[in-house]
Parts: sequence; C-alpha cells; structure tokens
Amino acid sequence: MATLTISELTEIMRECAGEDESVDLTGDIADVDFADLGYDSLALLETAAIIQRRYQIRLDDHTVTEARTPRALVELVNNALAGAAH
Amino acid sequence: MTVPAVVTGIGVVRPTGLGTQQYWSATVAGINGIRRVTRFDPEPYTTKLAGEISGFDPARHLPSRLLPQTDRMTKLALVAAEWALADAGIDPATLPEYAAGVVTASASGGFEFGQRELEHLWSKGPEYVSADQSCAWFYARNPGQLSVRHGMRGPSGVLVADQAGGLDAIAQARRQIRKGISVMVTGGVDSALCPWGWVALLAPGHASREENPGRAYRPFARDADGWVPGEGGAILILESVEAFQRRGGARGYGVVAGYAASFDPPPGSDRPPTLRRAIESALREADVAPHEVDVVFADAAGVPEADRVEAEAIVDVFGPHGVPVTAPKTMTGRLFSGGAPLDVATALLAIRDGIIPPSINVDDAGAYPLDLVVGKARRRPVDVAVVIARGYRGFNSVMVLRGLSSGRRAPEMREGNWNGDSHH
Amino acid sequence: MPHQSGDAERRRVVITGIGVVAPGGIGRKRFWDLLVSGRTATRRISHFDPTPFRSQIAAECDFDPAEHNLTPREIRRCDRMAQFAIVCAREALADSAIDLGRIDPARVGVCVGTAVGATVSLEQEYVVVSDSGAHWQVDQGYAVPHLYDYLVPSSVAAEVAWQVGAEGPAAVVSTGCTSGIDAVAHAVELIREGAVDVMVAGASDAPISPITVACFDAIKATSPRNDDPEHASRPFDRTRDGFVLGEGAAMFVLESAAHAERRGASRYAEIAGFGSRCNAYHMTGLRPDGREMAEAIRVALAEARVNPDEVDYVNAHGSGTRQNDRHETAAFKRSLGEHAYRVPVSSIKSMIGHSLGAIGSLEIAACALAIDNGVVPPTANLHESDPECDLDYVPLVAREKQLDAVLTVGSGFGGFQSAMVLVHPDRRGRR
Repeated sequence: MATLTISELTEIMRECAGEDESVDLTGDIADVDFADLGYDSLALLETAAIIQRRYQIRLDDHTVTEARTPRALVELVNNALAGAAH
Repeated sequence: MTVPAVVTGIGVVRPTGLGTQQYWSATVAGINGIRRVTRFDPEPYTTKLAGEISGFDPARHLPSRLLPQTDRMTKLALVAAEWALADAGIDPATLPEYAAGVVTASASGGFEFGQRELEHLWSKGPEYVSADQSCAWFYARNPGQLSVRHGMRGPSGVLVADQAGGLDAIAQARRQIRKGISVMVTGGVDSALCPWGWVALLAPGHASREENPGRAYRPFARDADGWVPGEGGAILILESVEAFQRRGGARGYGVVAGYAASFDPPPGSDRPPTLRRAIESALREADVAPHEVDVVFADAAGVPEADRVEAEAIVDVFGPHGVPVTAPKTMTGRLFSGGAPLDVATALLAIRDGIIPPSINVDDAGAYPLDLVVGKARRRPVDVAVVIARGYRGFNSVMVLRGLSSGRRAPEMREGNWNGDSHH
Repeated sequence: MPHQSGDAERRRVVITGIGVVAPGGIGRKRFWDLLVSGRTATRRISHFDPTPFRSQIAAECDFDPAEHNLTPREIRRCDRMAQFAIVCAREALADSAIDLGRIDPARVGVCVGTAVGATVSLEQEYVVVSDSGAHWQVDQGYAVPHLYDYLVPSSVAAEVAWQVGAEGPAAVVSTGCTSGIDAVAHAVELIREGAVDVMVAGASDAPISPITVACFDAIKATSPRNDDPEHASRPFDRTRDGFVLGEGAAMFVLESAAHAERRGASRYAEIAGFGSRCNAYHMTGLRPDGREMAEAIRVALAEARVNPDEVDYVNAHGSGTRQNDRHETAAFKRSLGEHAYRVPVSSIKSMIGHSLGAIGSLEIAACALAIDNGVVPPTANLHESDPECDLDYVPLVAREKQLDAVLTVGSGFGGFQSAMVLVHPDRRGRR
C-alpha cells in the first residue's frame, strides 16, 4: 500500500509552491506550522490537489484546511490511503 | 495650482535591456532586440519574429515562493518595480500606512499561465487546474502582487486601453498624487509570448510577416507591413513635489506636465480621427506651444493606415518636419501596456542626457514630411518631450514630459534643488 | 450642514440613466423587481455540463443576443460580456433621454469595468485552436479575426464608445472584483476634472465558463450546495459556504450635475464620494479586522461629506464566503461605529450571485434604484444568524425606507477594497 512520507510531502510543496529562502525543508520541520514554513492557504490547496491526483484519493475540504503541520497532513493522507485500500 | 508629479524612479525590463543603464545604452546605440522567436517554434505562424527578453532568470531576482504562482508578466513587473523603487531611493515600508499605491496598465494579463491552465483543464480535467489560476492571469495581478510585496495600501488600479493604456495609468497615478497620495508606482509590463497569445496578437493581420529582423518593423516606411510583438515595459515611481522634497530626494527625472486621451470615430464614419485634438489638449495642459517641443515619441504602429493618421496629426500640430520624431520601439517591438511607459522612461532619459535615440530599420519617413530620427542618435538639448500612444480600435493617449531644470518650471519647484545637492 | 468651500470647486456628478442585464431579468425594471421580491436567480449551471465540477451552480442571465437588436456582426465579434455592455449602454442612454446629437462628442467618454474580460470566447476559441488542449502550439489556421479583441478587453470600451459616438477618453478598468465600483469612480473623476461632461460607464462580466468554475473550485471559494442551487448564495448566514458565480452588467449615464440640470434630466442619485485602498496582505486571503476596507469607507464618507451615522443603507460586498462576510462586518463596525448596528445592510449577491467585475456596477444600480424608490433590497437565504455577523442584514424581505445617503463596498482578489457613497439627488437642497 502506498504511503506518503514527510520528505515526499515537502518535495511536492517545493514543486508547486517554491520554498521560503529562510527555511530548511530538509531539517526537522514535521511539527512546524505551515504558515511558519512560508506556505499559505493557496499553497496548501494546490498541494492537496496534487496529492489527490497522484495518489488517487479524495481528501475532505475541511480536514485539509485543518492540517496545520506536515505531520498532520501526512497522517491525514495516509489515513485516506489506508481507508481506500479496504 | 495643481500639484506637479515628478518621476523619481525608473525600472525597465525589455528586449536588449534589463535595467535602466543597460537598456539606455542599447537604445542610444540603436541595438536591435528583435529576432526569431525562441520561446516556442514560430515556424507554423505568419509572424516569426519577436522582441523577447533574454537572460531574465526570475529565480535570481524573486523569492522562490512567488515563482510557481505567477505569470512571466508579473515576474517581470515585480523586478522592474523593485529596481524603480531602489532608483527612487524609496522603501515603502518606511512610508505612512496609506501613502503609496500602485496603478498599472495591462493588455493581455498573464496569458501564458492561462494557456497552461486551459491545457490542463481540457486535456486532463478540472482537478488539474491550479489554485493559483484564480489570480495568476487576471489583469489586476500586478498591482495586487506589488501591493502585497511592498506593503502599499493606498489606492490601486489597472487600466486597459491596449497600447494607449500605459499613459492612462501614469495619468491616473498623477491624479492620485494630486489627491494627496505621496508615492505611486505606475507603468505597465506585458508578456503574451506563448502560442495562444501569439495567434491572438496576429489575428487582425497587423503583425509583420517579414522574417529578416532588420526589415520587419518599419513604421512610416512606404512598404511598412506591420509591427512585431514584444514583451516588457517599464515601472515608474511618481511623487508629489512635497513628498520628494520632504525625504530629501536625490534625483527627479522630470514632470508629467500634460496628458489627454480621446477615442476615434467608428470605422466608416466621416468624422475625422481625434489624435490631433488629443495632442493639442495635452500641450495646452502643459502650457507648451508646439514649437517648444523637442521630440515626439511616436506610437509608430507600422500599419500603413495607422501611420498615415498619426503622421497627419503630427504634421497638423507641429508643421511639416516641425519636430524630431522617433520610435525606439523599432528596437523592441510593440510592448502593449509596456510600450508607452517605456517611451516615457526613454523620453525622460533623453531629457536627462540630451540625446534622442534613433528609430532603426527605416531610412526615412517614406511619404510623410516627418523629421524621423534615423541612423544614429541625435544629440541636442531636450527639455520637452511628447509621447503618443494608440490602442487597437481607436484609443489615443498623449503625454507631455518636461525636465526639472527647465526655466519654465512652476514657481514652487524653483525653490527645490533637484540634482543631488544638499538643500535645507 | 454648513456650506463647504470645496463644493464650488468640485463638480458634482449624477446618474441620469441606468441599463442592466442581470440574472433573473434583463433590463432595469426586471432587475429591480427581482431584488425587491427577494427571489433568487441562482440555479444549476446550464451553459455547459457542470457535472465534473465541485460547484455546479451559477446565476445565469437568460440572454439571447438576437433578441436584443444586436446585429449579426456585433454578435459574431463581441464576446458575451461585450454584448451585455452594449445592450446596457443602449438602455441607459434611452433611460437618460440624453440627446447625444447636441453634445460635442469630445466631451463624452466611456469607462467599462471587467474582471475577466472575454473569458467565454477565449475558452471556446482555445478549445478549437488547441484541439481541446492537445497542442501547445495552437493552430493559427483556426484562429478567428477577433481573437485580439478577446485577448485585450479594452475592446468592450471601444464597442460602447461606438454605440455612444463618444470621442472623449475611453478605457477599461480591470481591478478584479472591485472593477464595477472602480470603473464608475474613474468616470466620476474624469467628469470632476472637467475633461468631459458625460460618461457612459459601468461594468460587465460573463465568466460562466469551465476555466472559471475550475479555478474557483481549486481554491474552494464557491458554494458546493449543488442539491439546492436556489439557496446556495447565503451571505452572512451561519451556514454560508462560498459564493455563487454570476454574470451580468450595468451601465450608467453619468453627467455633471450642471449639465443634467441644464437639460432638465431626472436624476437617480449623486455619486458623492469614493475611496480605494489595498490590504497588502494576500492575493486571496483576508485578515478578519477589515481595517483597509474601513479606511476606504472613511475616505468615501469624508469626500461625500456624510457622517457615519448619516448612512441610511449599506449595500455590502456580501459574497457569502466565510472569510469575506466576517471581514466586512468588522469593517462596518470599525468605520460606522455603533451606527453599524442600526443601519440596514444587505447583499444582493444572495439573489444574483457574484459576477466578479460586473457586480460592483450592479450594486451601484441597486443603490441608485433603492434611493429612487425608497426601498432597501433584502438579503435572501438568511435564516440562521452567525455570531460573527451580528448586524441587521435585512433578512428575506425588502424594507421601505427614505434613503438620503447610501454606502456600497467591494472587495477583491489582490486585496482591493473600494467604497462608494451615493446620495439622494435632492439631499443638498434638503439640508
């Protein structure tokens, strides 16, 4: 079953929304708020859209906007992937 | 007495010139920036030449976060604006909260971004349209983005009048200065060099089919066969005299002394075109007589009917061979909303340095009694310049620029000291 | 209020003619009837198959160009939004009873607002030249001659100028969702400056096209209430879930008050003040405090010489997104103080959706008609109040009220915040 890792997530974000010069995305950023990483709501929407297309899953509108950190979003995605596998 | 508006900063992005110094040297030298299109394969199209900006690496100038979200026209405008603000010595963050605004012109919006998103939609499906599309392509993206980037909360806007819009935007900026805003960022930048933009630009049949860059865009020539599309433009900083003095501004380029706009009667009407009246109104507002004008930057469409109308209007106002006329856009192609702001920047540098840049690829003004500056740049003192800008379907805008060291400047300006010397 | 020395210096500008193309009814009269009735004109999208999209609702105009005296050439070359603009300009001119033959064309100008220009035509033509997105290198052989007019939307100002015979300044104002207010403000400014005596001005947008629906889907800005489209536009309601895309246009004949008086024109309202600011925060996001909108309101009121507590009606932006309605409510409280709780506030987007650049002009038309009729249009679909939106939003039913001073606001992508104040044409005389 496919899963999403934090580094795969940051790669997607870098691709679709660039990265903030002052932030090191390869560092320990799993629990840092997206806003502090320089990503706004548009960037998150775009990231969610790419994940949904690439992994062929549906993410609920509300839960995407509630995921405030990379770890939270990765968990959300992996839950959806686990659910889809059944 | 209305408040004079001074241009205090210039930022240029155009073929053959990124940055004011580079572009001015290339312009004075008559360097041709038109060449075969490289952005896509031009072979299938009836026009194969363009004024492309080469050597622009957005990643060098802009934060990575902005790059995927914005069309090329926005990237160019952001960089030009940064340069213009630096040139003026202004950091908007240090200004009072609502003291600065942005009004630019646009003609095609972020069309390349739009083409990509349309392609995603139609070849793959709605879920492939990006979250950035909602505001990457629309005409107001540039002022919106500039406002966010530099924290400018004053009145902002976008004017569209094809190639005439650039002057309308500068005039609107001047209006805001007169109403009390301290600093206005203005001008225009356009870039629609993608195949979808290309076929749209070519649709009326006014773009040259010539494949030799030295023979393609030849306004006023007897065998003129159209213009060449280009990308780029200029961002200008406009300030009130008081704001400029208050912050001990180092250098002003000149004053926006006059402006007028008009619209032509419909095709087939027996009423005359209105460009002449617009030129006369602008001169009247500037309190300048035709013989006091040192140079006219022509719209120079290169489309025979348009050339004829423009030449006649110039001759009606200034007399045959009555004023030097030039079209440096022969070196860049037609820049749409960027064209006229770039001409204004060029006019101000002509005033500063006493040099009129040439029009290239033409030997003379063909059948028209115009003193077209061709071959080499012409050195002579320039104090008053007129810029003409015309938009497809009948838009006419005219602007008069005047130097600051002119003995004719308004009384309150004589007290100022404009050339970097200290003043108290 | 004592006579202000500025009055004599600044020309006053009045609305003497109104033309409207709106969902639910073409023409000024049908538009007003819809607003007063509180009925909604939002429905399942019918212009194309909306099934693949998240939001499948729009406020569409039942507009067949052949029924509105447009020539075959006009229909062929004009995008739908330009068709709207022409029809509205004609209605406004007829309504104003102005005799353009007696006015120097150089003293008549045009200003049209639009956010997305010729979107429908551009998309239709794109599909053809690209073969449904198969080719990046699109085929010039399939390109229609009017593509340039679709690419550069100033063509709509040209069309209106040709209708009117205007030879004064003509331009398009394109500031996203505030275009409709900003274009009218620009026109007012030109009259005040003395460059012209008459402006035919307003705004038009016909954005109901797959690319537009898709891009708002991508940012989840539009309502996905697809099983109940008539009730999907719910500004200020606790259950609001996004705006409903609309289309439409409104055009006005604006004149200097002196010019209108000289020819005995009847006037709907005077446009007395305008303010424009930017929030400089984010392209699509809004901070909840509404500071910059409040500042635009303050500037507009000051220019109009109307005190905050003299505002009789506020026509809100009221798009029905969660963030807008909250932002705007805060802006009203900030700018109007306690009076924000007393003044009726309503959003006509609840009935005719959000037509992007056009809606600002449609809202100005609603304000002018409200002043003229002494009636405040309601906010439809407002059933459950939201603690963050606790003002009097005139739920469901229109209200009779003498209106002397009316405020209308707009807010758009890019952070643009605009406010305009209209006053009763006799207000000055009554004070």
